[in-house]
Amino acid sequence: MRVRAQIGKVLNLDKCIGCHTCSVTCKNVWTTREGVEYAWFNNVETKPGTGYPTDWENQKRWNGGWTRSAGGKLHPKQGAKWRILANIFANPSMPEIDDYYEPFDFDYDHLKSAPDMNAFPTARPRSKITGERMEKIEKGPNWEEILGGEFSKRSQDYNFENVQKEIYGEYENTFMMYLPRLCEHCLNPTCSASCPSGAIYKREEDGIVLIDQEKCRGWRMCISGCPYKKVYYNWESGKSEKCTFCYPRIESGQPTVCSETCVGRIRYLGVILYDADKIEAAASAERETDLYGAQLDVFLDPNDPKVIKAARRDGIPEDWIEAAKVSPVWKMAMDWKVAFPLHPEYRTLPMVWYIPPLSPIQNAAQAGQIAMSDQMPDVRSLRIPVKYLANMLTAGDEEPIVHALERMSAMRLYMRALTVDGVRDEGIAARVGMSGRMIEDMYKIMAIADYEDRFAIPTAHREQNEAGADIRGGCGFTDGNGCSTGETGKTTLFGGKKKKFALPQETF
Amino acid sequence: MFGDFDINFMLFGVMPYVALTVFLVGSIARYERDPFTWKSSSSQLLRRKQLIWGSILFHVGILTVFFGHLVGLFTPIWVLDTLGIPYGLKQWMAVLIGGPAGIAALIGSSMLLHRRLADPRIRVTSTFPDILIMVLIWLQLAIGLLTITQTLQHMDGSEMVRFMTWSQSVVTWNINAWVTVVDVHWLYKLHIFLGLIITILFPFTRLVHIWSGFAAPLRYLLMRPGYQIVRSRRRRPLEERRRAYDARQGKAGPRATTPAE
Repeated sequence: MRVRAQIGKVLNLDKCIGCHTCSVTCKNVWTTREGVEYAWFNNVETKPGTGYPTDWENQKRWNGGWTRSAGGKLHPKQGAKWRILANIFANPSMPEIDDYYEPFDFDYDHLKSAPDMNAFPTARPRSKITGERMEKIEKGPNWEEILGGEFSKRSQDYNFENVQKEIYGEYENTFMMYLPRLCEHCLNPTCSASCPSGAIYKREEDGIVLIDQEKCRGWRMCISGCPYKKVYYNWESGKSEKCTFCYPRIESGQPTVCSETCVGRIRYLGVILYDADKIEAAASAERETDLYGAQLDVFLDPNDPKVIKAARRDGIPEDWIEAAKVSPVWKMAMDWKVAFPLHPEYRTLPMVWYIPPLSPIQNAAQAGQIAMSDQMPDVRSLRIPVKYLANMLTAGDEEPIVHALERMSAMRLYMRALTVDGVRDEGIAARVGMSGRMIEDMYKIMAIADYEDRFAIPTAHREQNEAGADIRGGCGFTDGNGCSTGETGKTTLFGGKKKKFALPQETF
Repeated sequence: MFGDFDINFMLFGVMPYVALTVFLVGSIARYERDPFTWKSSSSQLLRRKQLIWGSILFHVGILTVFFGHLVGLFTPIWVLDTLGIPYGLKQWMAVLIGGPAGIAALIGSSMLLHRRLADPRIRVTSTFPDILIMVLIWLQLAIGLLTITQTLQHMDGSEMVRFMTWSQSVVTWNINAWVTVVDVHWLYKLHIFLGLIITILFPFTRLVHIWSGFAAPLRYLLMRPGYQIVRSRRRRPLEERRRAYDARQGKAGPRATTPAE
């Protein structure tokens, strides 16, 4: 057993209202620079839809994630090491910027600077790459917002596999949900595995996957390697960039920007202890439907004395072990089994998990009443097909999804009985294999979702790892070129732009 | 003192040392000083069209030509003699392998250069050195292919031996190296001169990615046993930490819970 800790994340899709606050705050903090205007470390997609970049889930086209060979060995789907190196001159699996969208801005200035005209002035779009006029915007970061576009296009959604999808194009049967997406900070990331330079790494202390900007050479293999298409090529700097899990915030015990600002309070952050020795076997599970269970087996129970002992021995700080015991992520993934990994069939063992959404009962309108089975709403007749959710979250295995949806329905029935009738109906809880206390805890964390319950983030222990005296007077966070302030000239001798090192300052 | 000054001495006697010094010192300085700018500067994201074929043709062609020059020029002449390879045969090999490779590289670089100048996205995101180095390489390939017309007029290998002698004399600090190439055809001279210019520009352009291109297979295939990389901030490796922890647990007194690492 080799114990490591990771700050895991759960998104409760049952409560996502699709407001995009996460995306906007993330963008404002991380990707407002030239070269990454098109990049959204966090984006929210309306499902069903083909997403951003278009058709990202279709790995037959993009070759992201891992493939298991007949012998049980894993290699990136885009090819083993020698194959990746052979594609270094031109990467056949890499999306073009038009697969995301051509970044644009509007001529806002024209609105106030236009001369006296007969027609009202308008702000027309302009490309952020070429600066040229764009006559028609044909794509954006959220092009299918609230089922925008034709069903024939949206229904190319990969999650419709083995679903009779035609009827969902009809107005009466249509359904939708939101899917906020960010880097999964996988246990077995294909981006880092694909990098010939070795620039992408996972941090031992908190599991965050980062790109070393000084080691990245722009070989672009991570972009095709990542099946979630969450590594972005900065066309200005020539380096790859990705979600940093807001590591400066996480290190100081604060939630990521997207989690902090989430209006629906759907985002949860907490410590997960895992056994690094089990990763390879779990990712190599033979059947794709076994991957979800295999990943559960990688996680370690923070209340198990044996695990605690091993964790201490392997250098997990005490407050991290304590945080793991109260981790909302652990509760949702392990105790209640309501959270699931996004596309486990990619074999990356993602660490951002999702609680599937409940939806209105599909045939209630026809029957005039709610379809019930065993005095519980029949979750198989929910408006969002269970198979669709299963294709997204469990590689097509419907049972775990049904189980989770039943628990969530039971929570509503139980709490209704408690708050309306004043009755603690243990029978409801027992039908889904829970106790009343468990359900009340689940209600507190998932429905009330107080700040303290959503985020249990221990601070990083840099004081134990670094000598403070050595880093005193250092330059803090810099972007290239160390502490240099780049005083002379606009560019360096070597063609880079001088990075102005700006400290926040106040003037009075 | 300058009475017997010969421009050939400057170009083929002095300039190679200047070029190699700038190339090496510049590369090291940039790698150390400005690693953030060390990159391939790929523009594939912005336009895939013309890049896939252009880049593959160009790179495969020019790498073949590069290694052909390296092996062809720096193989000591006594090795040829020992192995009994006639100079004429070696020259035929150079023409038959280098010729098609050079043509492939020229076609590829023409596609890439056209794409760089004609495609608005690539044009506006190109820097001056990007375009300059592309033009110089295109010229160098064209001139290199033109020299074949001269080479074919003397297939006995004598001319080739002079270039081998010159290259090997330069790297063995022979001050009289330049004399061997004084009266070769001007196309050859131009080719050498342009080659040295490109060598000088190397550290200041995107060409530095060639270093990384050669390093990548070593790093990726040989120095990395598996696929994944995990970085730790801790000062000691896991096994050492475990041993230290076990040692602490054995002692009397209060048990250490949080390891001091």
